[in-house]
Amino acid sequence: MARHPMLVRITHWINFLSFLALAVSGVAILIAHPRFYWGESGYFDTPAAFELPLAVNLDQTGWGRDLHFLGAWAIVLNGLIYVVWGLFSRHFRFDAYSSLQRFAYLCVVFALLPVAILTGVTMSPAITAAYPVLFSLFGGRQSARTIHFFAADLLVLFLVIHVALAIRTGVVTSMMSLRIRQQ
Amino acid sequence: MLLSACKDSLPPTFGSLFDASNSLTFASHRFLLRNQPLVREFTRDKITQNFPAINETNPKSDRYQKLLAGGFAEWRLPIEGLVARPTEFSLANLKSLPSRTQVTQHNCEQGWSAIAEWTGVPLARVLQEAGMLPQARYVVFHTVDGWWDSLDMFDALHPQTLLAYGMNGGELPVAHGAPVRLRVERQLGYKHLKYVSRIDVTEHLDDVEDGTGAVGAAYGYSWYAGI
Repeated sequence: MARHPMLVRITHWINFLSFLALAVSGVAILIAHPRFYWGESGYFDTPAAFELPLAVNLDQTGWGRDLHFLGAWAIVLNGLIYVVWGLFSRHFRFDAYSSLQRFAYLCVVFALLPVAILTGVTMSPAITAAYPVLFSLFGGRQSARTIHFFAADLLVLFLVIHVALAIRTGVVTSMMSLRIRQQ
Repeated sequence: MLLSACKDSLPPTFGSLFDASNSLTFASHRFLLRNQPLVREFTRDKITQNFPAINETNPKSDRYQKLLAGGFAEWRLPIEGLVARPTEFSLANLKSLPSRTQVTQHNCEQGWSAIAEWTGVPLARVLQEAGMLPQARYVVFHTVDGWWDSLDMFDALHPQTLLAYGMNGGELPVAHGAPVRLRVERQLGYKHLKYVSRIDVTEHLDDVEDGTGAVGAAYGYSWYAGI
């Protein structure tokens, strides 16, 4: 099988590591308050849209938030390099992928990741001071937090299926292989 | 403009591998906020019920309890350091200065958020009263129970940064930091110190306490809490 170019392989694995960092640290942050709300405000005394059956742990958000924002910068900057290079090198071809694959990748790159990023920054009192339109976009701070959780869950689901299929179809046999399987 | 903002006040570093991303976050936020926008202010009907009071809600120290019993008539807030006129403000002094009332959302780092009305004196006005000197770069806040934190001038002088003595139309309750708590609206809740007892104006943070800019650093909390 042909292999993807070196830059594709490198950015892909950086994305993978960044995403792992985001997922793990995301859990660390989540367990500080495993209740979700809709709208602008929400706290212990208000009814939750839903609660997760997890014990509250307030001690993991120090390293959790640091790692989460490191992963966020990595995935955004690395992702930008990949997309810009991909456009210029005409790397983005659809003929090597099934329609289901194309749908999944387009969803991730143009829907789930942007939503995860935008809802993430909507939880920033600083960024939203500059761009309060973010609140209108998502229906309030707590709505953004809830949407962020769902986007993250869908991204994890994508990761699990993606890895399983990649191993099963043989396009990945080692960390740096990443082959193109011709349809 | 971006470079001078970087040079003048990068956040204190904790000597960890997160310095790069935290500094990038800080610099990019300061660029986005360069025109000093205000955070949203709501109408009073948006005030939420039973605003959570977490962490310390009633300092045990004899001194605080005595001040509380006396209605904080004897309470004084010293403003020290790089000021021409080191001053001790009484609660009445602070209330006699022009006040600001703002209905804003408090965003806790834990994930919850609630809206309240805060009334207080802009910190900038208090610093002006004390004659803050031109070389001042940071404002350090100490609380009655030994907690401390700091802001740089970009946040300290923001119009919505208050020494708040009122909440939801009444006196700031004990559970929420009576008699005075800090409001710094473009950062997360843990920067909004309750029970403010002393303010120090400084040029550097590395010679203040352990040099990390905030006691929270020891618990892993980022000095800059804009996200």
